[in-house]
Amino acid sequence: MRLLKILLPLLVLLLVRIAPALAALDPAVLQPLAADDYDAKVAVVGKLVDIGGPDALRVLRALSDDALAVAGGKIVVIDGERVFDAATGIEIKPAPEDSDGITINNYVRRKLGDALARLRLFAPERATRLAAARDLLDHVNADMAPLLNRALASETDPQIKELLALADAQASLKNPDAAIRLAAVKTLAQSSDPSVVHLLAALQDPKTEPDERVRLEAGASLKAVKSRLAFADNVGRVFSGLSLASILLLAAMGLAITYGVMGVINMAHGELLMVGAYSAYATQTLFARFFPGAIDAYLAAAVPIAFFAAAAVGMAMERTVIRWLYGRPLETLLATWGLSLFLIQSARVIFGAQNVEVSNPRWMSGGIQLFTDVTLPWNRIVIIGFSLFVLLLVWVLMSRTRLGMFVRAVTQNRAMAGCVGVPTGRIDTLAFGLGAGIAGLGGVALSQLSNVGPDMGQGYIVDSFMVVVLGGVGQLAGAAWAALGLGVASKFLEGWLGAVIAKILVLAFIIVFIQKRPQGLFALKGRFVES
Amino acid sequence: MTSPFAIRFLEATPRKGQAALAGFAALVLLLAVLHLFTPPGSPLHVSGYVITVGGKIMCYAIVAVAMDLIWGYAGILSLGHGVFFALGGYAFGMYLMRAIGHDGVYQSALPDFMVFLDWKQLPWYWVGSEHLAWALLLVLVVPALLALVFGYFAFRSRIKGVYFSIITQAMTYAFMLLFFRNETGFGGNNGFTDFKRIAGYGITTPDMRVTLFALSAAALAATLLLGRYLVTSKFGRVLTAIRDAEARTMFIGYNPLWYKLFVWTLSAMLCAIAGALYVPQVGIINPSEMSPANSIEIAIWVAVGGRGTLIGPVLGAFLVNLAKSWFTVAFPDYWLFFLALLFIGVTLFLPEGMMGLWRRLRGRIAA
Repeated sequence: MRLLKILLPLLVLLLVRIAPALAALDPAVLQPLAADDYDAKVAVVGKLVDIGGPDALRVLRALSDDALAVAGGKIVVIDGERVFDAATGIEIKPAPEDSDGITINNYVRRKLGDALARLRLFAPERATRLAAARDLLDHVNADMAPLLNRALASETDPQIKELLALADAQASLKNPDAAIRLAAVKTLAQSSDPSVVHLLAALQDPKTEPDERVRLEAGASLKAVKSRLAFADNVGRVFSGLSLASILLLAAMGLAITYGVMGVINMAHGELLMVGAYSAYATQTLFARFFPGAIDAYLAAAVPIAFFAAAAVGMAMERTVIRWLYGRPLETLLATWGLSLFLIQSARVIFGAQNVEVSNPRWMSGGIQLFTDVTLPWNRIVIIGFSLFVLLLVWVLMSRTRLGMFVRAVTQNRAMAGCVGVPTGRIDTLAFGLGAGIAGLGGVALSQLSNVGPDMGQGYIVDSFMVVVLGGVGQLAGAAWAALGLGVASKFLEGWLGAVIAKILVLAFIIVFIQKRPQGLFALKGRFVES
Repeated sequence: MTSPFAIRFLEATPRKGQAALAGFAALVLLLAVLHLFTPPGSPLHVSGYVITVGGKIMCYAIVAVAMDLIWGYAGILSLGHGVFFALGGYAFGMYLMRAIGHDGVYQSALPDFMVFLDWKQLPWYWVGSEHLAWALLLVLVVPALLALVFGYFAFRSRIKGVYFSIITQAMTYAFMLLFFRNETGFGGNNGFTDFKRIAGYGITTPDMRVTLFALSAAALAATLLLGRYLVTSKFGRVLTAIRDAEARTMFIGYNPLWYKLFVWTLSAMLCAIAGALYVPQVGIINPSEMSPANSIEIAIWVAVGGRGTLIGPVLGAFLVNLAKSWFTVAFPDYWLFFLALLFIGVTLFLPEGMMGLWRRLRGRIAA
């Protein structure tokens, strides 16, 4: 009987391999499912996995969907009104009168989930196999080795093959044959999976690994995996630092212009970001209502809309409030704070206090997976590119146009610029509009990364001011380098010390920095009189 | 000039001011007596709510005067005074938490939030916090030290104007983040609450309420007297000179660093005292007291009342906070609009606040 138990699946396996046309399961394999013994059911699941093939997959799926039943001593699959023989997949006609459903408990269900995942390794679709291989890699154990070997033998896709080889190597670490273990350890040196580190580290202990060559090899592989992981970590941090820097740059560029020209800090600058973000939301809503077919293009429309909406708000602020406070920077601080409260509450009244969601267009979702743990999302990549584009645009505007020349003239010496005929009042308004519009663009970028809410802009004023101070007032290049430095440095510090400590350290650094170079990294050359 | 310091101290306040303070003391006394000795149904009865709100606003007024000393007289706008207020509150709150004893939810000697975090013993900075005297010392020393170190580095490199304002705002923001963390050991975002007693007396009894109310009034009066003494002294003159022309004052031979540092630290300590009085009256302290918005609101109390006067900030604190209590109940959606208009309107049209308006009106009547 015992021999039969071992032989039968093998026989069936042989049958399946030799004659796929005859693909059918031995009813005897399925029979224990009818019993009330859950261990027996788990055993059947295990056998079905060893058998593999579409029929086994079909039965396992039915079991997982609670569609299996016992009718007339046979295991059947019930699909609505119709009934199929589980073993052969042939419909039974006429359908049996009564059937007894097969129940499973959570233990069986868990095993079943595993089993389905393994069987998916043999699915015809590449994507399914790839996903299954990734799933398996997350929880490899020793008894998967035969399965993985078979999958490796039949797999043709190089990417899946690589994943399977890694999984196989992990599964083979317990193999009694030292040569196989050695090969497995060598293969694992290619892995970039954090869990491999523990596996390899365990192998360095003579108690778990008797063979010295394997131990040495494990040490070498461990070093390789660790350095690869550290590298992946650093790449991830540099990328998120770049991403933060792009947002900081978009927020700070506008502030650099307004602060440079007028010498006032606009505390409502963060709220101009918010205006831009809500513009993106409004554009998205309009597109969803009127042009649902072109919804993926809403972002292209949102960019100019946000720019002009924020610029209009900014120019209105300048004309009505800020202009009248010229020469009183501290009062301007308070008045613009009032403006920011006003804008926040207006957003709350118009759009509601809840956050709204702006979804990424389809072409911006997903990302590039570099390593197991490091994925570069498209939306962040696009935003980095976008901020560079805006930087270029602003640079051209400031250094190659008449308006830019006037803005620079007023920044450097307002009185002299006025004397030679620069209309300083109009330049103030235009510069303010430009700075506000750039903040609006930053808002569109932000809306692609996080939720849009009335007080989303509050946290940005301090950060963008830091960027402006660090870079030197009115200096675009300075702002760009400062944003880059602050972004990458804070992400690295966050990785080592946590977000709060990182924030405090960055702040302390800037206070120390101002002591040494009060004019910022890129100070304007010339003589200054302290006002 | 040989009269004792106490006399000179009091004489710095003019007759009218002394009369006003006496009137203020009488009013406080009257409210306290009416609260304690009239039955709740009587038309003369003053409810506990009035006493608590009054005490709370007097704490705010102390902060406003402290802010005015640094902003109105030294020209330094701090957007981080909420930190000193909250640190004072937290320092006293530590004592209040320890005074709960075993009466907390978990009936442990440790404060509830520590039991919740599964801490087995007090962190080192909580040592001694069960003693009232030590807590009072902490209230004064911790904010003063922070102000001293921060101010020394900021003023030494002559950071001023908007730079200083933004940096103080960043400081309060960083502290808020720090105190929001559970691991910091100050109760995370829930902060401290559920206080039971001070020095063995129940914290919600009318007697305790009136005591705290009277203490707040006394602290406010003392702050005003001290403020008057300072701004009329030679020190105050130099301070005003620094505000108006720092470079010139330096060339004459004064080092602005020490003047600024002194008034900045003093201002921080006054805020801390106000915070320590505030916490037992409202019964809670949490990190939102350190949010940048709270600190900048202090500036608007001062601006509404009138910078560079001592009574103005007190008036401003009372008016704005009474308006806030009323608005947030009657029109909760419009309070922020009102506050926004206050910020814009006062800076545009009333640069000298209500005291300036009053002066102008009086000038017109006299003319």
